[in-house]
Amino acid sequence: MELVDQKTKSIMEGCKERAYDAGLSFDNQTLEYIVTNRDLIELTPKYMIPTLYDYWVHDVEVLKEKGRYELYPNNPYETVVNTRPAISFYNDNNPDWMNVMIFYHVLAHIDFFQNNYSFQNTWDYDFTGQALSDKRTISKLRSEKGHWVDYVIEFARSIDNMADYYSELSKFDGVTPGHRNNMLDYYFDIFLQKEKCVPMTEYVKEVERYNKCKKETTELGEQTFFADVNIKYPEFSSMFERYASNPRDEKLDLLQYIMEKSEFLNKHSNVWMKSVIEIVRKTSLFFQPQIRTKIMNEGWASYWHEKLFLSDDRIIGHESDFARLHAGIASMPRVGLNPYALGIRIFHYIEELGDTGKNTRAFDMLTGVKDRNKYDQKLNNGNELIFEVRKALSDYLFIENYIDQDFVNKHNLFIAGKRINQERMVWEYYVKSKKASDYKKMLQDQLYHPPSITVDAERHSNNILYLDHKFEGKPLVNEYISNVMLGLEYLWGGPVQLETSEVEKNNSGAGRFGRRPENEENRETQWQRVLYTMKDKKLSRKVLG
Amino acid sequence: MRAEGIMKQDKTNNKSDLQQLEKIKMEVRKAEEEQVVDHTPVEEGPKISLPGIYSSNDGNMIMGISGMNYSAQLGMSTIDELLARDRRREKDGFPRKIKVGKLFRPGKSVGDSVIIVPTTVEEKFLHDTISGSQEEQAGGSGSGEEGEVIGEQPIRPQQGEGNGAGGEGQDSNHEMESGAYDLGRILTEQFELPNLKDRGTKRALTKYTYDITDKNRGFGQVLDKKATLRKVIETNIGLGRLEDVSNIDTTGFLVSPRDRIYRVLSREKDYESQAMVFFVRDYSGSMAGKCTELVVAQHVLIYSWLLYQYAKRVETRFIVHDTEAKEVPDFYTYYNSKVAGGTQVSAAYSLVNEIVENESLANEYNIFIFHGTDGDDWDTIGEKALPELRKILTYASRVGITIAEHAYSAGQKTEVEKYIADSGMLNEYADYLRMDVIQESADESRLIEGIRKLISHEVMK
Repeated sequence: MELVDQKTKSIMEGCKERAYDAGLSFDNQTLEYIVTNRDLIELTPKYMIPTLYDYWVHDVEVLKEKGRYELYPNNPYETVVNTRPAISFYNDNNPDWMNVMIFYHVLAHIDFFQNNYSFQNTWDYDFTGQALSDKRTISKLRSEKGHWVDYVIEFARSIDNMADYYSELSKFDGVTPGHRNNMLDYYFDIFLQKEKCVPMTEYVKEVERYNKCKKETTELGEQTFFADVNIKYPEFSSMFERYASNPRDEKLDLLQYIMEKSEFLNKHSNVWMKSVIEIVRKTSLFFQPQIRTKIMNEGWASYWHEKLFLSDDRIIGHESDFARLHAGIASMPRVGLNPYALGIRIFHYIEELGDTGKNTRAFDMLTGVKDRNKYDQKLNNGNELIFEVRKALSDYLFIENYIDQDFVNKHNLFIAGKRINQERMVWEYYVKSKKASDYKKMLQDQLYHPPSITVDAERHSNNILYLDHKFEGKPLVNEYISNVMLGLEYLWGGPVQLETSEVEKNNSGAGRFGRRPENEENRETQWQRVLYTMKDKKLSRKVLG
Repeated sequence: MRAEGIMKQDKTNNKSDLQQLEKIKMEVRKAEEEQVVDHTPVEEGPKISLPGIYSSNDGNMIMGISGMNYSAQLGMSTIDELLARDRRREKDGFPRKIKVGKLFRPGKSVGDSVIIVPTTVEEKFLHDTISGSQEEQAGGSGSGEEGEVIGEQPIRPQQGEGNGAGGEGQDSNHEMESGAYDLGRILTEQFELPNLKDRGTKRALTKYTYDITDKNRGFGQVLDKKATLRKVIETNIGLGRLEDVSNIDTTGFLVSPRDRIYRVLSREKDYESQAMVFFVRDYSGSMAGKCTELVVAQHVLIYSWLLYQYAKRVETRFIVHDTEAKEVPDFYTYYNSKVAGGTQVSAAYSLVNEIVENESLANEYNIFIFHGTDGDDWDTIGEKALPELRKILTYASRVGITIAEHAYSAGQKTEVEKYIADSGMLNEYADYLRMDVIQESADESRLIEGIRKLISHEVMK
């Protein structure tokens, strides 16, 4: 692996000037490497970060079921890595014009890394240096502790997607988790629900009453509201004071909780394991923003490589090459999803909204198709708006806010369903729905979203670690549960319990070719809570009533 | 007028449908290539996940770097280390993690190697899809009204699709043998497949043959081109003239006279084979697709294992049957033959008996018979098949019957399974007859489990 030559480097410096002029902002320092396919084999398992710690699983081809979920918190074939300076990779047989185009793509990625709020936790240090020192720590431990280091890495990695990325991120908003001086939050979140356990109807009534107070007397609304609260619950103010003066620890995610509370890990001879777990956790947190902004990030980079390269004189003579390459990147597949194509379209759409003023309330109020199509306030805010979006959103909100029926119609998007045709013995792909709401839901179902599994400290007795999987309409991958819990038991040094939801088994069985009996088509899926217990390396399952 | 308009539209629709079908097929195939293993719930049929949000990246979108350029050969080099690690896991009280991954299927050309790829899974708490709760859906774009069909794909994979496995038999060259031999070694060591006992004492006869097998550098009777080229490459690596393995420029090679390798006439000890393996496969219409793939993949594994067991002294015969049985010359034909007839198991058994009798193989060899079927038989009570099987059991070292059940018949016993179980032969000839029933959704590790069942000493219930 070597740095690009001076000639290419000077071309790239020219690209940076143009990108700055276009409004992108990024560190001026970057590193570009030429890689061969052979280098890629070594780099890929390490997420393209040469200094990342070694782990034996990288030597084995890992089974991944693409499309259903992504095991990795990032994308191993990214051309650019979010380090300081940012490192990018170029295949050794790329022609110059292509490198220029890729470099624009890379610059937009770097701009995204360094400005999008999702990446805030990666802004103030260089991951390469960090990874190198972690790697050294781990290899030093390997020489002392032998292969047990790999077990700890394995077990920690099995829950590295439980690292609480959002609470890490919220620290940057000046909101310290567990800040406890807000009377309103206390009243609604704790006092009513946990202390008084009021029924839902009363809770809603209180919310309505609060809104009413705020409306009627804006200045003193809150005071009026609490005056009544104090009459109803005389003990409220003293309880709030007690609560506010008693700061509790911030919320710990599963990895942190185990590191802090596990007796086994905190034994003097096992403390080294905590540094390994911390390394795994940090690495996971570093990569999380990448997978959570995949569509935006690729869309943004494609938007800019197109815009900047088309106005670059080095395209001359390579217009058709570029057109072919770009079409491959930014065309929508007939069936399937392409984040590049989707992202670039949404950014163009947002730009159009900003230019015409269609992102305003006035436009929303219009109902006539003609009026809507003609609507143009000539505001020219598009450029500003896409930069705003690039700064503040992640994939979920990007989709939620900007995919609407107009967008879906404009690009002829639809949901493709797949059904069986018994007569012809074929799977049919058909246009299932052209509604924006369905399209949005399909996308959101595909977004990376690790299950929310938290430690239930209240049920924590006899050194049993009790985990609660918050039900979000999906079960856990069943065949993985056993091994993950086995590792947890080891790290915890005691039994581990996991409460989760599963589909109730019914014995009706599917008919031939998965056709279900008629009455079952419309039947709701029945869910039940299940408790898994891992004790002495044995897993047991119990259905909770 | 109006009707005519509709007709016209239909025609154009059909035409564009066809094009779209091709396009979709291509995309689906691309998706399949990206996929490694398919954990399809049984009743869902073959599941194809279309390219999702996270399967595309700068590598494959811009620079055309496709997937992990992880050659299976590369995995082989570290496999011993991995297996050692896996055994140590067991000692340390953790379950093993390494599984057999893909087997490579032979291409159209004879001589593709059979290779095993170790794989593993990183388990995590992850959301799963609810199997069968709703039909699969994906994004799409382009023209089409709601409800319109935009393409189709056959349920049963066409010939040449799917990911079966195979190899060749007698005509195979050394490459295939060594690949399979390694595979056999791994199967034996890693999966602790038992060694088979010989039935009676079969003497290994030795005789001398004269052949040009010895190699000599510099001069000889016949230039061994392959060995010579190897030597030339070795020399050039030594000279540092070969830097990038993925891009070899042979024009720049230096050839030293000592690099030329010739074959010379020599006297060779030739061992007679000790094992004769009959691979018998039902190739009737109902076997199409997954069943065939399973059976053949398992037969490749068995063949590899025997090759290792008998130190390469194995002979193979291939028999396919529908209502009639015939012998085919090699594994490739064995793998790829297809008819659409009915099923008569007895035909195959009687052909085996015939061959053994005519060539009086019973005294010379340890005979193994492995039969793969989906369990259908027109002879529903085994009236003809059972006597033939009984005859086979008088001389065979082991008969292993694999029944690959169709997803739609799950839960009901198939005919073959039923009559063999009812005959009581499984107990009577416990040492020589084994039967294993697998589901259509079985994966490699299940196949290996099945082999263990078919060839183990102990009777597994």
